[in-house]
Amino acid sequence: MTDHAVASNAASASFLHERSRFPGILSWVFSTDHKRIGILYLALLLSFFVVGMSLGFLMRLELIAPGKQIVGPQTYNAFFTLHGVIMIFLFVIPGLSASFGNFFLPLQIGARDVAFPRLNLLSWWIFVTGACLAVLAMFTGSGPPDTGWTFYAPYSIRSGTNVVLATFAVFVLGFSSILTGLNFITTVHRLRAPGMSWFRMPLFVWGLYATAWTQVLATPIIGINLLLIIAERVFGIGVFDPAKGGDPILYQHLFWIYSHPAVYIMILPAMGAISEIMPVFARRTIFGYKFIAYSSVAIASVGALVWGHHMFVSGQSYAAGTIFSLLTMLVAIPSAVKVFNWVATLYKGSIVLEAPLLFAMSFIFLFTIGGLTGMMLGVLSFDVHVHDTYFVLGHFHYVIFGGMGMAFFAALHYWFPKMFGRMYNKKLANISWAVIFVGFNMLYMPFLVLGWQGMPRRYYDYLPQYQAPHVVSTIGSWILIAGVLMMLHNLARSLSKGERAPANPWGGTTLEWTIASPPPTENFDDIPQVNRGPYDFTGAAST
Amino acid sequence: MSAIRGLTIGHERDYAGAKLGMWVFLFTELLLFGGMFILYAVYRTTHAEDFHYAAGELNTLVGTMNTIILLTSSLTMALSIAAMQSARKAASIILLLLTIALGIWFMVNKYFEWGAKFEHGLYPNSEVLLQRAKGEILFYGLYFTMTGLHGIHVLIGVVVLGVVAIKMAGRPCDRVAFAGGKNELRGATLALVDDSGRRIWASEPMDDSVGEVSVKVKYLPVQKRIRREDFAFLENAGLYWHLVDIIWIFLFPLFYLVT
Repeated sequence: MTDHAVASNAASASFLHERSRFPGILSWVFSTDHKRIGILYLALLLSFFVVGMSLGFLMRLELIAPGKQIVGPQTYNAFFTLHGVIMIFLFVIPGLSASFGNFFLPLQIGARDVAFPRLNLLSWWIFVTGACLAVLAMFTGSGPPDTGWTFYAPYSIRSGTNVVLATFAVFVLGFSSILTGLNFITTVHRLRAPGMSWFRMPLFVWGLYATAWTQVLATPIIGINLLLIIAERVFGIGVFDPAKGGDPILYQHLFWIYSHPAVYIMILPAMGAISEIMPVFARRTIFGYKFIAYSSVAIASVGALVWGHHMFVSGQSYAAGTIFSLLTMLVAIPSAVKVFNWVATLYKGSIVLEAPLLFAMSFIFLFTIGGLTGMMLGVLSFDVHVHDTYFVLGHFHYVIFGGMGMAFFAALHYWFPKMFGRMYNKKLANISWAVIFVGFNMLYMPFLVLGWQGMPRRYYDYLPQYQAPHVVSTIGSWILIAGVLMMLHNLARSLSKGERAPANPWGGTTLEWTIASPPPTENFDDIPQVNRGPYDFTGAAST
Repeated sequence: MSAIRGLTIGHERDYAGAKLGMWVFLFTELLLFGGMFILYAVYRTTHAEDFHYAAGELNTLVGTMNTIILLTSSLTMALSIAAMQSARKAASIILLLLTIALGIWFMVNKYFEWGAKFEHGLYPNSEVLLQRAKGEILFYGLYFTMTGLHGIHVLIGVVVLGVVAIKMAGRPCDRVAFAGGKNELRGATLALVDDSGRRIWASEPMDDSVGEVSVKVKYLPVQKRIRREDFAFLENAGLYWHLVDIIWIFLFPLFYLVT
């Protein structure tokens, strides 16, 4: 796809032209180069994003009016399950960490590769295996799973659909996630360039590091939980089956012990990417570097103790509910620390309004809405009213799509010239940002309203009184999709037709901007000696 | 023979990094079992009497035997690593094979133990079991799942140790001696020496200003010798084996001795 890119000089040939003992596509899928693996993930993730988006599109179309429009209720149940499974496990969780993390972690700390390059390739292959199993689960057996992405027992034990294969797929994907996390932890500990002390690391690396620990410590819990669901269906062991004395609430506990921290797996690298973009486009150092670094760690650690807020109406004790509610509010503090620091970074900066910053600022705006609605949901008394309604759905999409999704797009526009050595059409990028932003709010703002009015989530049908917001939302989905397609088209086209990008098109100060675009195979001719902080713009050449 | 033909900069084999990675992986294994221990704790609390009664049916003799077997295998594993550290390859491999044999013995015992339970109609979802109290159903559900998952780990461990043994057996022994420590650097010279004892290269004698020496050496890959990464592999396999052992140390009292 990038055959036209030419290396700047022979001495440091671009990784896109790395010589390999395998021809063609095989030189990519068997490469242990972290940059190629990063791009492999990126391609796969974007493909699944488009699949998940199409399912979302179909669901919105179905909901444009009450009653049956295009599919029946069972298909609708399969749609929201697959939309959830694909988006969560095949796009959002690997997300920035597997794609941009793989590509830029070694570059940003001045290393030639990750600590275990072969393990890195293995985890990509495990990811592909998991993805294939997930796709297989849709088309084989007794129909695609209809349990929702949460696979709640006891329904997941009883459902006649293909739950075993789907849960096994998620287990395999989790294993891939663990290996990536393990690799990143070791890389950060062992491969930092001389002089790259912990507090000279770029904040994206801090985000990845905190994420990696969460991946390693939380994922095994959902792993065992899903294995138990499989054992329950295949052998009938009874631990989650009330008929045999089992307690389904324990499934929910084990599920959210992972799946709440998983939200931070999704968002922390995204926050890291935003922390990279803000100072570069404000042309000044980041405000409160240490606070942002520590707040990543704080979010990861406090975030591990808040899972019970998903279970306020499950019948857990009031004491537990109160404690979880309190801890949930506590997470808002480090999150707000980040938001204030990003905004403060813009203060008195020489702001350059380019596509990455536009996406980054819409991240801050949308994530703040998501965060504040999250605070509302963290309040016990309020949650009881809107639990399992569109309000939760709206909150979740604001946090995850508005947060992680926007940051993903921001990172894509920020690092694209570095990764491929080409610049995209900036004007088109700005237009597609505007379309996405408008479409996004039109799609998800009505969710908050609908939830407030009492529309339950996951329902195939609804009362006529809810129709107006549903119509607005569906039209919003069309606008959003148009924007996303416009953006993807712009980027895809620029792979071959874009202008050549210089080594440092944005005037960034982190190490990846000191080498050619696209980077040479070995990254650095000599491992750099680091003697200043990551966002030190004093004396930096202006662009 | 294995002469070093010069110093080149290449990918460093990071021994400490490999160990760090392995420890992080062991965390994930602990958490994997941790999820099940939580379930055990909850159901034991809610069905204490049934657990007490059901545990009485397990064969404590076989359980004890298996505990001794696994503990012994951890000892032979540690001895194998110690032998490798002092460059006694044959001893190391024999101890490794002994470890594997003990692992297989453990699984054979497990086979007969489970087999006996199946004969009495005690297996998940069996008619005999479903007629019992709920706590007993849960006890056996957990018993088969947890010891089963542990058994899978034993099998994986046996395979990994087998791979290490085969890799090591294919390589003649080669000693890499190391003398170090900050005080020993003073006045010392650093040298690369080939098999015949000839100095290929040597540094100036070091004075007090040298606090640490780091050398990156990439020698031509000589087939069939034990290399540093083999050692890391052996030690990491050993760590995994100890994990398998430790988990059993918890499973044994929780299932066999709670009566």
